[in-house]
Amino acid sequence: MTVLEIRDLHVSVESDEGGTPILRGVDLTVRSGETHAIMGPNGSGKSTLAYSLAGHPKYRVTSGTATLDGEDLLTMPVDGRAKAGLFLAMQYPVEVPGVTVSNFLRTAKTAIDGEAPPLRQWIKDMRQAMSNLRMDPTFAERSVNEGFSGGEKKRHEILQMELLRPKIAILDETDSGLDVDALRVVAEGVNRAKQTTGLGVMLITHYTRVLQYIRPDQVHVFVGGRIVEQGGPELADRLEEEGYDRFVA
Amino acid sequence: MGLDQRVTSRGERPTSFELEDFGPVSGREEEWRFTPVDRLAGVFAAEFSGTAAVTLAGTGSLPDGVKFEQVPRSDPRLGQASGPSDRAAAAAWAGFGQATVLSVGRGISVESPIELEVRTQGDGVAASHLAVWLEENSAATVIVDYGGGGELAETVELYLGEGARLRLLAVGEWAAGAVHASSHRARLAKDASLVHSVAVFGGELVRITPDVTFAGPGGSAELLGLALTDSGEHHESRLFVDHAAPRCTSRVTYKGALQGAGAHSVWVGDVLIRAGAVGTDTYEQNRNLVLVRGARADSVPNLEIETGEILGAGHASATGRFDDEQVFYLCSRGIDLATARRLVVHAFFAELVGRLNQPEIEARLIATVDRRLDAATQSLLTPTQQPKETLGR
Ligand SMILES: Nc1ncnc2c1ncn2[C@@H]1O[C@H](COP(=O)(O)OP(=O)(O)OP(=O)(O)O)[C@@H](O)[C@H]1O
Ligand SMILES: [Mg+2]
Repeated sequence: MTVLEIRDLHVSVESDEGGTPILRGVDLTVRSGETHAIMGPNGSGKSTLAYSLAGHPKYRVTSGTATLDGEDLLTMPVDGRAKAGLFLAMQYPVEVPGVTVSNFLRTAKTAIDGEAPPLRQWIKDMRQAMSNLRMDPTFAERSVNEGFSGGEKKRHEILQMELLRPKIAILDETDSGLDVDALRVVAEGVNRAKQTTGLGVMLITHYTRVLQYIRPDQVHVFVGGRIVEQGGPELADRLEEEGYDRFVA
Repeated sequence: MGLDQRVTSRGERPTSFELEDFGPVSGREEEWRFTPVDRLAGVFAAEFSGTAAVTLAGTGSLPDGVKFEQVPRSDPRLGQASGPSDRAAAAAWAGFGQATVLSVGRGISVESPIELEVRTQGDGVAASHLAVWLEENSAATVIVDYGGGGELAETVELYLGEGARLRLLAVGEWAAGAVHASSHRARLAKDASLVHSVAVFGGELVRITPDVTFAGPGGSAELLGLALTDSGEHHESRLFVDHAAPRCTSRVTYKGALQGAGAHSVWVGDVLIRAGAVGTDTYEQNRNLVLVRGARADSVPNLEIETGEILGAGHASATGRFDDEQVFYLCSRGIDLATARRLVVHAFFAELVGRLNQPEIEARLIATVDRRLDAATQSLLTPTQQPKETLGR
């Protein structure tokens, strides 16, 4: 059983004029097997939360804590957080020209496991995972995310998640830009990981549709850099109808 | 009076074996505009008090038909390629006492690489002259390994007779502070083929100017270059491919990675297709990968075409960055900074190194790249450096 525990997290974004506060006291606990949907208006700080947990250098934690099974995440280097079991599927996956998907995945797998995966098994696993996500095998030899369509990038994020087998995954708008079939395929991937590895999920989204495929245990409303309300799946439907007006001061 | 160096067409730029024909260098001249010329004052002065030795590596035994000799300046095989085209090259020509000639006799094909070492000795600027002389239909692979510190002005002449085939690899890992100005001048007779490759690591200023002249039809030249440039290093490559004969092919691929603040690389690729060079096929490209902030890559392709009857002529130049977002993406998948940089740099150099077609040399180059990359990564991670470079600490 893994626990991601975020307590009173305050984060600023570094800019030329100094720090701008974005997160203003986030409290959230995600356990193995749980799915927490995070919904909130544009610019409310959802990606900031995701990036801060993963350790993006642009963000500075000004106070509060985040631990994974009691270990302080915030002092770990970026790669250490991934090795500890955290995975971030990014809203805007980054292109890395020249580095092939297959080389990238094998390097990441080796880094996470601390040893190179046995080659035959690895190739089999990779092919299987790609086929599950309806990704053409030729993607293995393409440069990481380079020239991928929006939806292809998102599938590639989930492919990595399945192969790297994290304990907790943050999915930052992974459902945005997916067609209906891709949405189902990606949701299947997430559910597979939940079943086989007991993955805990923080699902950042703007749409209730994905929640029909990946059932959340809790829905959190994120406004102005903090969680302002939480509830069950029915809260998502209410947000869809009413919007965020009543939360925005 | 001095030569007029203001001409813009590469074909009209004069060459001369006389040092006096090249005026004092200010740094504003086209061929010096990117160079920290102060560091070359000793070379320009052409007062040589240091010495350089060119030796045969390994057991020193050579196959039949291959000769390694020290020869006087009067040897008729010297000065047969094109002449010096800048003051450093003229100084190198003026400065050497004896030259080294490696020759391969007519029709002789040498399988395993012949490896030479060039080392500077003592203080002061040294001059050295190496000529590789391939007679008709001969073939050889030659590795020239550079090292050590000091200042060196050097000429490497490559003379390829009809149908001769030469693979030359000049590879150097210079000590900090080393200054090296090297003029490579190749002349290819009919149907000769040259693979000329250069790998540069270290030094303070390394400037290599390969000139390739097609003197007969049907020749082919592939020019490959790899450089890994660190803080405080200036690596400059200025190429000139002179298509003076019909139906010749040239391919230029130079790649440079810059891994330290203040690193500076320069690539200038001049290709001239003269009026008589019908059927020419040429393509040149330069790619740079900037791994850190504060490094600079200058890249200037320059193609002059004097006849329309060619097969193809093109150039490409691009500089990419390995930026913070890419570092973050890779590291967020558990990959540490050193491995991330290796991954990206290996991918960047892979195709180029593969073209050398010499697995042993490939492995050696990659090992050198890794060693220097890792050293630079370590210095990025030391606490005295900008915290921004160290990701999440
Ligand atoms: N360098 C910066 N300087 C100032 N403000 C910034 C900077 N970078 C991000 N921000 C601001 O931080 C706020 C939070 O951004 P974030 O990306 O976390 O929002 P989000 O909730 O993920 O929005 P979306 O739903 O559109 O993805 C935004 O208002 C954004 O403009
Ligand atoms: Mg966002």
